[in-house]
Amino acid sequence: MTSQGSRSSETDMGYGPGTIKEPGFRYRPMGRDAEGMELYEIFIGPQHPASGHMRIVVRLDGDIIVNADPDIGYVHRTMEKLSETREYLKSIPLFERATIIDSANITWPYVRAVEQMLGVEAPLRAKYLRTLLAEINRISSHLYGFGLTGIFINHSTMYMWSFGDREIWVQLAEELTGARLTHTYIIPGGVRRDLPQGFKEKALKAIRYMERRLEDYMKIFVYNPVTVARFREVGVLTKNDASRLGIVGPNLRASGVHYDARIAEKYGAYPELDFEIPVMEEGDSLARLLVRIEEIKQSMRIIKQVLDKMPQGPFFADKYMRLIPPALRKHVAETGRIKLPGAFIRLKPPAGEAVARGEMGHGEVFYHIVSTGDTKPYRVRIITPAFRNVVLFRHLTRGARFMDLPVIYGSIDYFPPEGDR
Amino acid sequence: MPQNPPGAVRMGLLEDLKEKLGDIAAEIREEKPNYYSVRVEASSLVEAARRLVEMGFDHVASVEGVDWIKEKEMEVSWHAESYEPDLKSIIIKLYTRVPRDDPRVPTLIDVWPSAEFPERETWEMLGVVFEGHPDLRHLLLPSDYEGIPPLRKDYRIKVEGFIVDLTRQQKQ
Repeated sequence: MTSQGSRSSETDMGYGPGTIKEPGFRYRPMGRDAEGMELYEIFIGPQHPASGHMRIVVRLDGDIIVNADPDIGYVHRTMEKLSETREYLKSIPLFERATIIDSANITWPYVRAVEQMLGVEAPLRAKYLRTLLAEINRISSHLYGFGLTGIFINHSTMYMWSFGDREIWVQLAEELTGARLTHTYIIPGGVRRDLPQGFKEKALKAIRYMERRLEDYMKIFVYNPVTVARFREVGVLTKNDASRLGIVGPNLRASGVHYDARIAEKYGAYPELDFEIPVMEEGDSLARLLVRIEEIKQSMRIIKQVLDKMPQGPFFADKYMRLIPPALRKHVAETGRIKLPGAFIRLKPPAGEAVARGEMGHGEVFYHIVSTGDTKPYRVRIITPAFRNVVLFRHLTRGARFMDLPVIYGSIDYFPPEGDR
Repeated sequence: MPQNPPGAVRMGLLEDLKEKLGDIAAEIREEKPNYYSVRVEASSLVEAARRLVEMGFDHVASVEGVDWIKEKEMEVSWHAESYEPDLKSIIIKLYTRVPRDDPRVPTLIDVWPSAEFPERETWEMLGVVFEGHPDLRHLLLPSDYEGIPPLRKDYRIKVEGFIVDLTRQQKQ
């Protein structure tokens, strides 16, 4: 294997022999191959109308992709380094900006890891409220992904519809937290606000609407003959490869692996709720779409149960409630909104480490925090689902036709700011 | 109603780990429920990873480095997890410590293909050289980045104000 001085010439060797099924296309140097056919290198992005801020360097033999090299990092915001320079609490609004469309789910495991180190536990009502926001976020994250998948294959109706319908869930989140996207709702010890009056009726109305809309989606997009023709048996990920490559989220479950961090870690109100983890065996792009549709349905099922079972009681840990001066505490009880004293910023977990995982709309997010007993963490490691799935760009596209690339991209629901952190 | 139902802890995993890895591991500990750490020498990493795959931990969630600047050591760790029903709540941290001024460890991507991108990131962010990794190129940083790897503790963050004083810059 000779390098021709181009930067991705060595990417083909990613796996050891026999560990991963090779799709049968091997690297060839740029120029002409044995039959005199020319290979082409195509740069897609980093300013791409649908995908946003990432680049894919694709090598083509005619219409067949020989190799695709994902080149990420265009929206890297040094989150791991920044988090070392600020107090634990201040990293919550930072991390939620990695996946702004799913900000409750991305910060929840971080807060759980900090709580683990502090030895604090959120009250049961707070756990239910967290679960509620997490599922609202999951639905809007899936709808966002659907919109992009639609526009990738030029189905602008799907794009308009799902972005329009996502607005309902964004507004529900605003009703609950006061902010459309950057909620910073989940904080160590509980949540920032109690459930507002009349929320249940609005949520149930939104669910009724969404259930009807999903049927429309199936008719006009998912089972549209054009979509089926382009998605079925395209970008097939086998069960074994999905597991070995550590793929997460709906992409994993569409390949027949029954795994969800909500079940594995048993956090929040999930152990007390009745829901299913949708799993499909096909592993193709269509299966990934269908798993997301099913997950939206399951999320709505969870929201209904959370609202029915919502326990009474405090929504913020007593240990921290005592920090609030009595006059202010009365205000908190009347309005259901936490107003934190300045001392709260100086949370000081003892020296040690903690790990936590959580299920986002895109998949599993992983945190590892190392503390030296200071008010700032010594090291925070974040692995987002998009970063774990980025290898799929290379793995699924090898041997595919060039026009399958948008379909594969759309179906794996990659979100560049999340991958770059 | 239970306040915090514990995860499905697989019983006796610590003993299993000790039996399987005892001869090469320097230390095996249960850090937290469902979270174990295995410390090995850099030379035994590949063998330890291979044995963990045999136990069912077939991919990693994370590869990372922690720069212990006072001890002049670099901790490099792989967090392995599993999709097996009885192992899915468990995370195992396989780690080693190497000298900070020349941190070299063998790559584990032949054993854990999922380690490829995070190892690449750890190389660029902390300067850990993964020997045998075929693709140590910049991933998140600009391709022409040079200097101290940014996640090292001696990297100085230059803080820029909200208002940049242009006159002063021109004078310089």
